[in-house]
Amino acid sequence: MTDRPLKVLIAKPGLDGHDRGAKVLARGLRDEGFEVVYTGLRQTPEMIVTAALQEDVDVVGLSILSGAHMTLVPRVCAQLRERGLDDVLVTVGGIIPDEDVPALQAVGVAAVFGPGTTIREVADFIRANATPRD
Amino acid sequence: MAELAGPAADAAAERARVLSDAARAGDRRSLARLLTAVENHTVVAEHALRHLYPLAGGAHLVGITGPPGAGKSTLVAALIAELRKAGRTVAVVAVDPSSPITGGALLGDRVRMQSYAADDGVFIRSMASRGHAGGLAATSTSAAAVFDAAGFDIVLLETVGTGQSEVEVAAAADTTVVLEAPEMGDEVQAIKAGLLEVADLVVVNKGDRPGAQRTAAQLRAMLVPSATRVGVGPGGPDRPLPKSPEVLVTTASTGEGVPELLVALDRHRASLRGGSTPAARRARAAAQVRAVLVERLWERLRSPGVASATDAAIDAVAAHEIDPYAAADRLLAALRTEEPR
Repeated sequence: MTDRPLKVLIAKPGLDGHDRGAKVLARGLRDEGFEVVYTGLRQTPEMIVTAALQEDVDVVGLSILSGAHMTLVPRVCAQLRERGLDDVLVTVGGIIPDEDVPALQAVGVAAVFGPGTTIREVADFIRANATPRD
Repeated sequence: MAELAGPAADAAAERARVLSDAARAGDRRSLARLLTAVENHTVVAEHALRHLYPLAGGAHLVGITGPPGAGKSTLVAALIAELRKAGRTVAVVAVDPSSPITGGALLGDRVRMQSYAADDGVFIRSMASRGHAGGLAATSTSAAAVFDAAGFDIVLLETVGTGQSEVEVAAAADTTVVLEAPEMGDEVQAIKAGLLEVADLVVVNKGDRPGAQRTAAQLRAMLVPSATRVGVGPGGPDRPLPKSPEVLVTTASTGEGVPELLVALDRHRASLRGGSTPAARRARAAAQVRAVLVERLWERLRSPGVASATDAAIDAVAAHEIDPYAAADRLLAALRTEEPR
């Protein structure tokens, strides 16, 4: 159905406890008309991928401020592929140095959103790039 | 839902069969896909349900509702732990409200249910209510039927008990649990019509808070059967009588009282097995058929042959030229003269 809202998982992998950004984004995307599944803090890659699979989401948004993105993001992307979720759009937000972005893109991240990104930019990107499900 | 004919429908039927077989064989991805189809009311879902519905009926369908903040998600998490200890598989449908303005939703129930990523015996699915009038009950009971046919022992349907449609969802279960928090109101709240009336079990959660036992005692006192329960209810033999639910106290965050809740759930289910309340099952079936019927009817009214007449009738009501009853009669007449497809 064409009019169904896109479903987005917002998850915080790893150990940093800074979930303000993830919550602001989750609420902002709700207001943009998305169905947002928020899973909270301290998620393992396995928990994130299980949630993405069970919820059948179109998009996985990872929020990381700990600096562990080069370890966690490739694991999430690899497990998504392993479990057949290769059509899910993956985005990353948080504090990500510019020089790490190409490596994240190489493992399957569609976009990296740094500080200063507006909710609207994220929403527009998702609408333009998520694969609609049948 | 669209109707079932033509080559596109054949492809949908084939996809429904593939997904259904895979889901029943334990493929969680296919199960998730089927649930999406059910949520979106697609033709695939319709074919799949045709296939799966006769295979369902084995699972215990438990509705859990109550006011926001009473601890529903935490209690569901505690129940999952208890059920897994007993070796039973559990599926959860957690419904959160959709924004009536943007259509968006924030589905946050998984936050309290995260310890089961590696456990294939637990499947949690969040759903947005999407503002369906009555349709939400149809969607979630269809989702429950899919879980049921996929072999789950128990399906927990968690909804926010704020609106009529959410109450209907919980009431569509075999066993309906209404959650209350301590000191949520005086005795008069308990005799108002609504949430408590649909309860098979009432649970006062946050049992470690002051006033929990007093709230439970007040509820027990107010929920004793009244004289009107004798004999057949006012709506005839098909209408379920007001219930007189058991009242329990839990502290979901510590698991206190949860084993007793599971025992009470099993006891209620055993009482249903005796066939003592076929009326409740029939009422649920009637509600499901009615919801699909309304949806089908509305879709036919939006179909190319009739859409302009539908719009004209709606405009006429908006302009106060005709009343809604006359408009409905006019549209039913229009459908009757339309070529049956």
